Amino acid sequence: MSKYYLNYLDELESEAIFVLREVWAQFDNPVILFSGGKDSILVTHLAKKAFYPAKIPFPLMHVDTGHNFPETIKFRDDIIKDLGVQLIVGSVQESIDEGRVAEEKGKNATRNALQITTLLDAIESNKVDCAIGGGRRDEEKARAKERFFSHRDDFGQWDPKNQRPELWNIFNGKHFEGEHFRAFPISNWTEMDVWNYIKRENIAIPSLYFAHEREVVWRQDSWIPNSEFLVLEDHEEVVTKKVRFRTLGDITITGGIESDADTLEKIADEVSGMRQTERGNRSDDKRSESAMEDRKRQGYF
Amino acid sequence: MLDNNQLLRFTTAGSVDDGKSTLIGRLLYDSKSIFEDQLQAIENTSKKKGHEGVDLALFTDGLRDEREQGITIDVAYRYFTTPKRKFIIADTPGHIQYTRNMVTGASTANAAIILVDARHGVIEQTRRHSFIASLLQIPHVIVCVNKMDLVDFSEDAYNNVINQFEEFSSKMLVKDVRFIPISALLGDNVVNRSENMDWYQGAPLLHTLENMHISSDINKVDTRFPVQTVIRPQSDAHRDYRGYAGRVASGILRIGDEITVLPSGFTSRVKSIDVLDKKLEEAYAPMSVSVTLEDDIDISRGDMIVRSNNKPEASQDIEVMLCWLHNNPAKPRAKYSIRHTSNEQKAMIKEVVYKFDINTLERNNEDKELKMNDISKVKIRTTKPLMVDSYRENRTTGSVILVDDATNETVAAGMIV
Repeated sequence: MSKYYLNYLDELESEAIFVLREVWAQFDNPVILFSGGKDSILVTHLAKKAFYPAKIPFPLMHVDTGHNFPETIKFRDDIIKDLGVQLIVGSVQESIDEGRVAEEKGKNATRNALQITTLLDAIESNKVDCAIGGGRRDEEKARAKERFFSHRDDFGQWDPKNQRPELWNIFNGKHFEGEHFRAFPISNWTEMDVWNYIKRENIAIPSLYFAHEREVVWRQDSWIPNSEFLVLEDHEEVVTKKVRFRTLGDITITGGIESDADTLEKIADEVSGMRQTERGNRSDDKRSESAMEDRKRQGYF
Repeated sequence: MLDNNQLLRFTTAGSVDDGKSTLIGRLLYDSKSIFEDQLQAIENTSKKKGHEGVDLALFTDGLRDEREQGITIDVAYRYFTTPKRKFIIADTPGHIQYTRNMVTGASTANAAIILVDARHGVIEQTRRHSFIASLLQIPHVIVCVNKMDLVDFSEDAYNNVINQFEEFSSKMLVKDVRFIPISALLGDNVVNRSENMDWYQGAPLLHTLENMHISSDINKVDTRFPVQTVIRPQSDAHRDYRGYAGRVASGILRIGDEITVLPSGFTSRVKSIDVLDKKLEEAYAPMSVSVTLEDDIDISRGDMIVRSNNKPEASQDIEVMLCWLHNNPAKPRAKYSIRHTSNEQKAMIKEVVYKFDINTLERNNEDKELKMNDISKVKIRTTKPLMVDSYRENRTTGSVILVDDATNETVAAGMIV
C-alpha cells in the first residue's frame, strides 16, 4: 500500500490552492497584489496551479512606488506576458502629484507608508473586493494574528481585535459594498518553506535574490543599494560588494547581505543557517515595536 | 528536511500563569527557532520592564494591547521545524471569556497540549480545555504536568494529577491521552530529557510531537469531494475541458471510480485527476485537485462528488453542538446563512435542546439563550438538504458555521451530532 499522507510542502501547497479557489468562488473582482518579491511570485505560481489549464482568472496589481529595482520591473513585465493576465498599476508618484500624499522628509524618508493611500485608491477605483497578498504569519508579530480571509472596513482599515473567527477551512468572505478583503494563501508558510518550495518547483525569481556584485552603502546594519534616490551622508561611502537580497521592497529601504549564494540550493542552505529574521534588513519595520501593526491597521499589505 | 516529513498542527490553551507562553518560548528556543534579532528585541523589552533575565514568554506577545496587558487575546500562530516535522502552534488564550478563540484554534489541530500546574492539579480551566479538545475531536491530547521543579520533581504529585484527570475525563471522547511531567521554565522534558525525574520512563514533549502517528487522523474511508469551482478554459487547446476543482475532504478518489454527484444524484466515472499538467491515478485527503468525469453533468459549487457505494446523509434537519462566537446573542427562531463545505443555505435555529456548562460539564435544560462562548446542543432546519456526516466521523463534512446576514459576521460554529 502506498502512503496516504502528504508531506509538509504538499500540504501547504494544497491549502494555498484551496484558499485561492475560495477567493475566486466567493468574490467578484479579486486581484493578486504583486510586488515582484518571492512571496507574491509564489502566490502567482500557486494561482497558476489552482486554475490550470485555464489562465489565472484575475489580474495582478502592482503598487509602484517609483523607487524600484529595475530588475523587478523587468521581471514583472515578463511574468505578465508569460501568464497572459492583466496588470493593474497603482502609482505612488501619481498620488504625490495629485496631492493625495506628501513625500516624507529627512534622511530616512521613504515612500513605504505612502503606498497605503495608493493601494487603497487602486482597490477602490478598480472595485477590487479581495486583494490576495503574499503575507506570512511567521514574518512579524502582527501578521501572526492574521486570518486567511481578513476583513477591511470601508476605509480599508484592519481591526485586529474584532476579526471574524476562522474555523476548519470554512472561510467567510461576505462583505458590504465598499468593504474589501485581504486573502493570504501562504499564511502558514515560513521563509524556509518558501525557499524549499521554490527550489523544488524551480520557480523563476528575480536575479536580485542571487549573489551578485553591486554598489552599496553600509547603513542601519545592512548594505543599502546605491541608486539615484539615495542621499549620501558625509561619512558614508559607496563600495562594491557581492550581495544578495532576502526580501525585496523599495530600493531605498531594502538592505542586502554579503553572500556567495548564487543558486537556489545555496540560497536554501544559507537561509537554513540564518540567525536573523528576513525582515531584520527592512528599515520600515525598525521604526517601532508596533510599526507593522500600525501600518496594517491603516490598510498596509 | 526529508521529503516525507509531515506537518503537525497543535494547540496550546492556557494563561500566562500556567507557563504556556514559557513552554512555547522554550520549544522555539531549544529547537533554535528564535532568531537573534527577535531574541534581542525580547531582551530589550525584558530590561525595559525590569524583568530579571530574558522572559521567553514575551516572544508570544502579538498585538500592542496584548503586550500592554500581558495576556493572549486572539489566536496567534507560531512555526517551528525540526529534522522530523514541521509544526504549527495555534496559541490560544485560556480564559473562559475567550472560549471562541480556543475553539477556533482547536478546529484544525492534530494535537492539543493541556497544561496543568503540578502544585494545583486539575482545575476548572483544565476541564474547560479538555472538554473543548474532546468537543472539537482533536485526535491526540498531551497533558503536560508543568512546574515539576516547584514540587521537588515528585512522582506522587505527578500521579495525583493523572488520577484527577482520568476521573473527570472518562466522560469525554478523547482517543489518545498522554501525560508528561515537565518544567517549561528549566526545560525538563520539553526538548531534552529531564535529569531530575528518573522515575519517568516516557519521552519528552518534543520527541512525542515528532513521533506520534498522525496519518490516520484524517478519515480515509468515506470519499467526499466538495466542489469549490468549475474550471473551464476558454482556450483552443482545452476547449472541452471541464474540471471540478476542490480539496478531497476525506477518503480516496481513483480514476474509474463510480461516483454520484449530490444532491442531483447523477452518476458517472472519474476520468482524470489533475494537478497542473500532472495526471494522477488517485487523490486523497487533503489534496487539492481538479477532477474530470466521463459524462457531461451539470455540477456547480456546493455540490459534492462521492463514491456511489458510500454516501453521506442528505438532511434538512440537523442536530449540532453549537458554539456561539458573537457578542450579539442568537435571536429566537432567527434565520442565518449556514455554510457547510462549499455549500451555503439558509437555516433557522429551531430549538435549543440544552446548554452545556463547560466548567462543571453539566447540562442546563432551563437556560435557552445562546450568548457569546456558550456551547449548546441545538436543532437546525435548513432550506435545502445538506450532505452531512457526523463530526465524529468526519471533521470536514461534519462541521458548519452560521453567518448573520444583517452583519455578515460569523456568529457560530457547529459540530454535527
